[in-house]
Amino acid sequence: MERLLQEDAIIIGRLNCDEFGMGSSNENSVHGKVLNAADESRVPGGSSGGSAVAVQANLCTVSLGTDTGGSVRQPAAFTGIVGIKPTYSRVSRWGLIAYASSFDTIGIFSREVSDNALVMEIIAGHDKQDSTASRKMVPAYSTLLHFEKRARVAYLKESIDSPALQPEIKENTLQVLEKLKAEGHTVEEVQFPLLKYVLPTYYILTTAEASSNLSRFDGVKYGYRSPHAHNLESMYKLTRSEGFGEEVKRRIMLGTFVLSASYYDAYFTKAQKVRKLIRDFTEDLLNKYDYIVLPTTPSTAFKFGEHSGDPVAMYLEDLFTVPASVSGVPAISIPNGKDAQGLPIGLQIMANAFKEAELYAFAAYVLKLNP
Amino acid sequence: MKIDNSTIQKLAHLSRLEFDAQGVEKMKADLSQILDWMEQLNEVDTEGVEPLTTMSTEVNVLREDVLGEHLPHEDGLKNAPQRDSDYFRVPKVLE
Repeated sequence: MERLLQEDAIIIGRLNCDEFGMGSSNENSVHGKVLNAADESRVPGGSSGGSAVAVQANLCTVSLGTDTGGSVRQPAAFTGIVGIKPTYSRVSRWGLIAYASSFDTIGIFSREVSDNALVMEIIAGHDKQDSTASRKMVPAYSTLLHFEKRARVAYLKESIDSPALQPEIKENTLQVLEKLKAEGHTVEEVQFPLLKYVLPTYYILTTAEASSNLSRFDGVKYGYRSPHAHNLESMYKLTRSEGFGEEVKRRIMLGTFVLSASYYDAYFTKAQKVRKLIRDFTEDLLNKYDYIVLPTTPSTAFKFGEHSGDPVAMYLEDLFTVPASVSGVPAISIPNGKDAQGLPIGLQIMANAFKEAELYAFAAYVLKLNP
Repeated sequence: MKIDNSTIQKLAHLSRLEFDAQGVEKMKADLSQILDWMEQLNEVDTEGVEPLTTMSTEVNVLREDVLGEHLPHEDGLKNAPQRDSDYFRVPKVLE
């Protein structure tokens, strides 16, 4: 924010999101739910749903959101705009309330790739207030949008063949791949056998980190405090039980479970090991190929209440966005047509760590090729 | 993983949360379902794999130990739900 203000950006408001970034539908917010401007009976996606709709509905040019497992890319897809999750550690998180510290990133929503790139080059970079922020030099992304090389593109068999994938999304994704082939780029199908393990890995690690991060909300120094407490312990318990929403409590309980002494190795350490396999595999793939292309989401925007009774069904919505989060690599979602009901479809492009410049240039190129 | 009432009570205490009877039942069902789903990871062979414990590529982020500004006392207390002149107030701790 400070960096944007120094560049004379005009900040016009704060936007709604799922509580602590936990949700894929914006139904977990104390401020009420954000409606998708393409169809108001449908979710805008989440967690950063407000930020997505603000750009979708032309209330602003650019908005910021957070992306821990897809919270910028999935709502960008549901609202038909551009949304990026940068490389882990590319943008400082000072001032951001932590959800899962080894995943959290700040992302950007926009209509145009060029606006997105311009904001990224301002906000990215080292910050002495965040020791995890990378000191790597930040390229002037907005001046590097010209794309003319022959790209090596991989697409994941498991994503295209997923039974959960809506037919129109599959069709539009394959069409883009065909166009790329026709332009002379190398396009190859690759297998990613670990894909089905990406979500359980993600949920074990993020709930563990969340249970620890959210322990600071105890009613002592800031935030809500229950008026019904009679001693210190009941103040903690009542404050947290009254203050947190259902999804947040479920994740804190899960995180406490996977970190508890008897289950730590079986769940938490196991997930850290699988994460290593997933990241190594992804990085290897991105050394062989410049980009991985896959749908951003298995379906277009779903109706309010459609998944709210089944937490696992809701978690599966993040199947295609979570791989980049688990691996820490950057990924961008761009519009890719509409389904039969006129709902926006998103196309996701992943690149290797710190390759944001290449990612923006290719995204702009694909948008031109496939307007 | 079948979760029983006593596990829920234990986790709730560690998490400093409370649930009524209905909440316990819901949490029991949800946790059992989600943990079953998480146990898919047992199918992955991780023999000899080192756990990935940090994502940042920065190493030894150090700075000179110099005198600097701290958060002013008054600013630190600004968001306190309850305070007196100098401190955060909490319910009585000692009997």
